[in-house]
Amino acid sequence: MGWKSVVDQSFSSGHQVRQQGDLLTGEGRCGKQTVAVIGTTNHAEVGVELALAMAAAVLDVIRSHPARPIVFLVDTSGQRLRHRDEMLGLNGYMAHLAKCVEMARRRGHAIISLVYEQALSGGFLANGMMADVCAALPEAEIRVMGLPAMARVTRISEERLTELSMSSPVFAPGAKNYLKMGGLDELWEGDLSACLTDAMEHIDASDHRRKNGFERGGRMLADVVVKRVLASA
Amino acid sequence: MTIENLKYRFDGGKPTQGVTTIVGVLGSGNLEVMVEPAALGGACEIEVSTAAQGFGKTWQAVMKDFFARHRVGDIRISVNDAGATPAIVSLRLDQAIETYKGKGK
Amino acid sequence: MSRSYYESNARARIAGLLDANSFHEWLPAEARVTSPHLATLEQPAAFDDGVVIGQGSIAGKNIFIAAQEGGFMGGAVGEVHGAKIVGVLERAVRDHPAAVLLLLETGGVRLQEANAGLIAVSEVMRAILSARAAGVPVVVVIGGQYGCFGGMGIAARCASAIIMSEEGRLGLSGPEVIETARGVEEYDARDRALVWRTVGGKHRYLIGECDAIVPDSMEAFQQAIMTCIENGDDWSLEALKQEHQLLNERVKRFGTCKDGRDIWRELGWADPISIAMMDNDEFVKAAQGHRTKNN
Repeated sequence: MGWKSVVDQSFSSGHQVRQQGDLLTGEGRCGKQTVAVIGTTNHAEVGVELALAMAAAVLDVIRSHPARPIVFLVDTSGQRLRHRDEMLGLNGYMAHLAKCVEMARRRGHAIISLVYEQALSGGFLANGMMADVCAALPEAEIRVMGLPAMARVTRISEERLTELSMSSPVFAPGAKNYLKMGGLDELWEGDLSACLTDAMEHIDASDHRRKNGFERGGRMLADVVVKRVLASA
Repeated sequence: MTIENLKYRFDGGKPTQGVTTIVGVLGSGNLEVMVEPAALGGACEIEVSTAAQGFGKTWQAVMKDFFARHRVGDIRISVNDAGATPAIVSLRLDQAIETYKGKGK
Repeated sequence: MSRSYYESNARARIAGLLDANSFHEWLPAEARVTSPHLATLEQPAAFDDGVVIGQGSIAGKNIFIAAQEGGFMGGAVGEVHGAKIVGVLERAVRDHPAAVLLLLETGGVRLQEANAGLIAVSEVMRAILSARAAGVPVVVVIGGQYGCFGGMGIAARCASAIIMSEEGRLGLSGPEVIETARGVEEYDARDRALVWRTVGGKHRYLIGECDAIVPDSMEAFQQAIMTCIENGDDWSLEALKQEHQLLNERVKRFGTCKDGRDIWRELGWADPISIAMMDNDEFVKAAQGHRTKNN
């Protein structure tokens, strides 16, 4: 779904979201509340400039609109794969963005993210995965790598991996797998505006993903292991 | 890739006190060896999990040689192997048992 | 003769950095908390899933520690591996040690358990920030042969401070990944000098991506760790704004540079080629006034 349709449907009572290059910024109204909108489009490759621009947008919301909820619209094909961005410390820029999101959360901003097109590895870690509520459209593509690439790395046949994917959400891409593992809180279907309103009413600022992953039967060990570390003599 | 699991038991060793020890790293051409105390009636049990197929006879020989050299009992040795040579395996086993005994003093 | 951090494995690093006999391991190897996903794929699974965690002391100060084993799957993060690190950090939130030390050596997400690994890295990032917000400094050490890449390169920069050696490498996408995606003209992964000028310790120190650079010895790392713990942490909006300024200036100033050497020249190094030859002390001295950093 294009970002314009997404904002039209998510903010049915009005919005002002602008696109500059791959960056989306602006605000939308959700019921009586105004929310800040920050995101990317065009399957953006997130390089230093884009990461910095998103961080600037977060800092701006913290400065100008205390406690205003922030909605991230995620469409990224990952981090920019360039020598130049690596040389400039792209990981540091991504981390900066993540820290800005964390700071916003701790200053009372609800953080919601919606993967509406693509979310691939590095580009997703710094914003979408930092959210209190991380949602996706059912057809969204979420992955680290596809099965053909995984088959090359692991030297296990694609056939076998496909077979394993039937019983385990660990291997194959897809929003449903991330949902099962707790990496996504929910899939948004139908009335996006209602989905957003509902999400805003159920903000849990703690990291509940491993608990969800356990309860949904997709990631059985993470929560257990953390608890065992906490209980170790 | 598949894993081959091999088990060995040697009786009549000298019960050897020590503290659980791990040496080596499960990396290509290397292995990790863990030695733990176990009430096995003087026996030494060795369990090998290896990524290299079809070397059962070699492992058997290396382990037999190890036991002949150390004659340790009441211990369990667990090995995770990623294709180490017999020489490396022997070296790690020796390191592991010496560390185990040293720590127990 | 001082021992090399670079040459040591995770357990030897812990032994070399902490006070003698002070380390107590959590979920040790004999607990056999291994990766079920590797077992499914019939791949060898290390007893500790490639990360050693626990508590100990450094100069008498109580610290929590996690050390990744680069030798096992390049230190890659899977479900169990990541959860062990998260457990250390969450325990720090509860127990308030003097610091958490993360000895990172990793290529990032373990591709064999891709989805679980990615979520785990994200959980590590959030847990690092939770520890900091709770007032516990998180100090990252990077000095192993596999460097610190992928999502863990982002996680590293979420910490309070990073200590590197010249041999350490820190980045997001590794050189091979970029070469594969964009071709050898973009980034020649086999050109070690180029890689070093892009992600190596000295370059990271000069552009302000790490806080301290030390020679490759346990003693030097230990000293730097103690300094970082003493310096404490500044988790504040003000500090973030300063960082924003620094990162913004970096793009403006160096955004058109083609090579690390161009950046160093821009920083006022008359002879950038000499940097590679300098020993650590000489380099740190010469770098005063010729690097960018926070504060």
